[in-house]
Amino acid sequence: MNTQFAIFVFLALATLIGAASVALSRNIFWSAMGLLSCLVGVGGLYVMLSADFVAITQLLVYIGGVLVLILFAIMLTSQIQEISVSNRSVGLVGGYLIFFVVSTLLSFVALWAPWRLTSKEPVANTTVALGDGLLGTWLLPFEIASVLLVATLVGAIVIARKEVKSDS
Amino acid sequence: MEHTLQAAAHATGPLPTHAAGYLWLIPFLPLVGAVINATMGARLQRRFGKGLVHVIGVGTVALSFVVACIAFVQMWGLPPEHRFLQNTVWNAFTAGKVSVDLGFALDPLSMMMALAVTFISALIHVFSIGYMADEPSYWRFFAYMNLFVFSMLLLVMGDNFVLMFFGWEGVGLCSYLLIAFWYTDPQKAAAGMKAFITNRFGDFGFVVGVFLLFWALGGAWQQAPDGKTKYVETDAHAAAYVAAARGEGQGVPHVEIGPTLNFRLLRDQIVNTDTGVAEKLKAQKMFGFGILGVIGILLFVGAMGKSAQLPLHVWLPDAMAGPTPVSALIHAATMVTAGVYMVARLNFLFALSATAMGWVALIGALTALFAASIGFFQYDIKKVLAYSTVSQLGFMFIGVGVGAYWAGAYHLLTHAFFKATLFLCSGSVILACHHEQDMRKMGGLGKPMPITRWTYLVACFAIAGFPWASGFYSKDEILWKAFTQEGLKFLGMPMPYLGQLIYLIGIVAATGTSFYMFRSYYMTFSGEYRGHGHRHLPKESPLSITLVLVALATGAVLAAVIGIPYAWTGHAPLLEHWLEPALPAIVHFAEKSHATEYLFQLIGVSVGVIGWVAARALYKDGRSQVPARLLLRWKRAWTVVYNKYYVDEIYQATILRGSVGFARLCSWFDKYIIDGLVNLAGAIARVAAELDGAIDRYIVDGAVNLVAGATLAAGRGLRRLQTGRIQTYLYGALAGAIAIVFLNFLLK
Amino acid sequence: MPHLTLSHFLVVSALLFGFGVLAVVTRRNAVAVLMGIELILNAANLNLVAFGRYVAGGISGQVFGLFVIVLAAAEAAVGLAIILAIYQMVRNIDTSQATTLKE
Repeated sequence: MNTQFAIFVFLALATLIGAASVALSRNIFWSAMGLLSCLVGVGGLYVMLSADFVAITQLLVYIGGVLVLILFAIMLTSQIQEISVSNRSVGLVGGYLIFFVVSTLLSFVALWAPWRLTSKEPVANTTVALGDGLLGTWLLPFEIASVLLVATLVGAIVIARKEVKSDS
Repeated sequence: MEHTLQAAAHATGPLPTHAAGYLWLIPFLPLVGAVINATMGARLQRRFGKGLVHVIGVGTVALSFVVACIAFVQMWGLPPEHRFLQNTVWNAFTAGKVSVDLGFALDPLSMMMALAVTFISALIHVFSIGYMADEPSYWRFFAYMNLFVFSMLLLVMGDNFVLMFFGWEGVGLCSYLLIAFWYTDPQKAAAGMKAFITNRFGDFGFVVGVFLLFWALGGAWQQAPDGKTKYVETDAHAAAYVAAARGEGQGVPHVEIGPTLNFRLLRDQIVNTDTGVAEKLKAQKMFGFGILGVIGILLFVGAMGKSAQLPLHVWLPDAMAGPTPVSALIHAATMVTAGVYMVARLNFLFALSATAMGWVALIGALTALFAASIGFFQYDIKKVLAYSTVSQLGFMFIGVGVGAYWAGAYHLLTHAFFKATLFLCSGSVILACHHEQDMRKMGGLGKPMPITRWTYLVACFAIAGFPWASGFYSKDEILWKAFTQEGLKFLGMPMPYLGQLIYLIGIVAATGTSFYMFRSYYMTFSGEYRGHGHRHLPKESPLSITLVLVALATGAVLAAVIGIPYAWTGHAPLLEHWLEPALPAIVHFAEKSHATEYLFQLIGVSVGVIGWVAARALYKDGRSQVPARLLLRWKRAWTVVYNKYYVDEIYQATILRGSVGFARLCSWFDKYIIDGLVNLAGAIARVAAELDGAIDRYIVDGAVNLVAGATLAAGRGLRRLQTGRIQTYLYGALAGAIAIVFLNFLLK
Repeated sequence: MPHLTLSHFLVVSALLFGFGVLAVVTRRNAVAVLMGIELILNAANLNLVAFGRYVAGGISGQVFGLFVIVLAAAEAAVGLAIILAIYQMVRNIDTSQATTLKE
């Protein structure tokens, strides 16, 4: 168990340090790097929760997709030289206050609430189970999610494209 | 033939494997070299000079050759039917019935390939030291080259389709990177893209073929309610087999059944007739075609892309834009043979379908002839060699197509040696002529460059099929087997004379091969030097280049030893004997007497001599006026062939124009039909709206205006709350949430 | 060292959520705000998967997690598209500057 706990501590630290640098770093590029560390850490935590498929999806979608998208947005919206100045923080006092209140409260709930734990063993082959589930029990949400993705795709293109005046 | 491959086929049990925990080192070492050079190469080069870069590049490949030799020694010590080394590193992933290991396997066939790949690429790396000496991004070159060797070894040694496909794509990527190595030249960058995209077409076929195979293997077995796997059809063999698999029966050895991507498992399932897999595959149909034929043809489409067969050959000649060592390594010796290797690897599968075999052999023969005829009239020395490569690959596919798998593999090996020699010689010549590739501006190089000249000549004899060099043995074995193969089918129709037809095409192509190779030899090395534009006369290349040339030319001659035919000695050729355990397919050839075989060998030699004599008469010393006169007489035909039968232009006109045209059609449809419908709907709606509007304006509006006035007044008042800053809203939302939590605690 | 329990994951998730809120509240750069939202979503997702593992059993938590990942990807795409559009309009992505709708 000890190795497992050590790995957990390592992953949790990677997650939280990454998250802290997202919230506090002066340089937005470092914030993005912090987000990378945080996402990888969360992916590792998924593995510890024996959710390997979700972990892989986390890596693929978040790091392969969202993070790259964010980096693109950073590059496109700021002159590279000015990155360091374009990440000001305001209202830090209020921010810290709300951070401490929210996280202590939630941690308190997490530690003291009487959770009704299950005795079931985790599913071993999650890919098969998830595949069955997505095309069985959760087919409707699955289809709705696909419609949503199409809408998103079209919407993002429409919003982001430059308006071209056609001559005809 | 009396020494068919029956012996291996009788082994009904699963193939015995032997663990060899070090196999992963063979592909891993070049990867290490690639990673070091790619990540730190630029710094190393600045700090320590180019020496360290090529020590890493050459050293890792040479080490991997040494490891391959160790594996060879281990395999040599095993009895023939036990020669299968396996090293499963870990299970890459398992999802349902798909289970893929990161596993490496060596059987005699992949052993031969691994040795050839590591040996020849080590030599070519050495050659590159001299050839690329002036290149500023030296490290980049060696990083790509090492990455290429890694991908090729993955392709060769991977024990399942997924790893093979990984390597298959990897060599495609490296080929793109290396062809477009001088990427600032748009033409070269375009050549790289062309190679990549053409390969994609082929790869698509390959992937679909693999999927189809996986599906076909799985279809007829079903999971019974009691959790046991059962064969659905009431086949006596299969029933006995399933019983054995459950440990009830006896005498039938255990082979895992069900869909698989693993080569060895697939081989066991098909070769072991008790499993019933072979019969099942043969009986299965798709759209009225035998599924095996469809799978074979689709897999071969992949091979067509990678190995530049008609009609996907267009990328290979353009690939000559890359540095010459690249042309030698990728586009002659290794990557382009991947298709041939794949067909030989899956020999047990292809041998089940005469349709697939006939397709492979016919495409091979047509390509051999087609490319040889283009080679006649090219002036760029590397283009000549490129078309010659396409043509020789055609010969290999004739071999693996008619079922002479060992002969195809043997030609692959000999071709690797003599074509690498030819390419590196041309590299040496190009270097000497200050990067001039046009043979009309060469000539007379024999005197200043003796080593290059003699090695080139040796390789020419080898490719033209003169009996003291290796090319003769492999090519004649292929053509002889083609002649005696009478069971081929063309798209399902039996055609007993297809073999003979292929032989005839092949022999004409062989004449052509001999002619254009000696033409290039005489144009380059005899007569007077015609490149007067340069001040310096060409001189012999440095030692790192000539040494490699001599080593490869020696290999091109010595490779003959392992393929001396049965008719001469009464023993099976060494290589055939060696490959036997890896090629369990049973293919029947017609029996012909030894006298006939001698006669065919005589024909083979004489067509080589004819080509040589013709080329010598027309091109020696550049004095003869006949070529120019012939050219004038057949101007129109010459133009068509010189422009490569306009295949590129046809693609431009059909595929590219076609897709643009289709896009236009869609646009037109959208503009006139869809928009028309929408407008019609709009018009109807407008009429309805007019009616509705009349009611609306006078009755509803009065009420609405009242409500609106009230809302506006309330909005004015509440607007002060809306600061427009998300942060403020968030504070509000969180405060609410926290309040609810506290309330919950208090109320409890 | 102790045995891993549900609470460990929940505490990590709580802190992650706090950092996310902190980023959203204090940042002026719209991209950074978006990153904060990603943190919050990740925290929620970690909770879902952890509850699925320790409380609900089965795979329902993971299915929820998958849907959240999909939604997060969609949200990021649209959000960044909006940011780019704003940038093209006002050459700035400071959230306190984009107040055209206010008046």
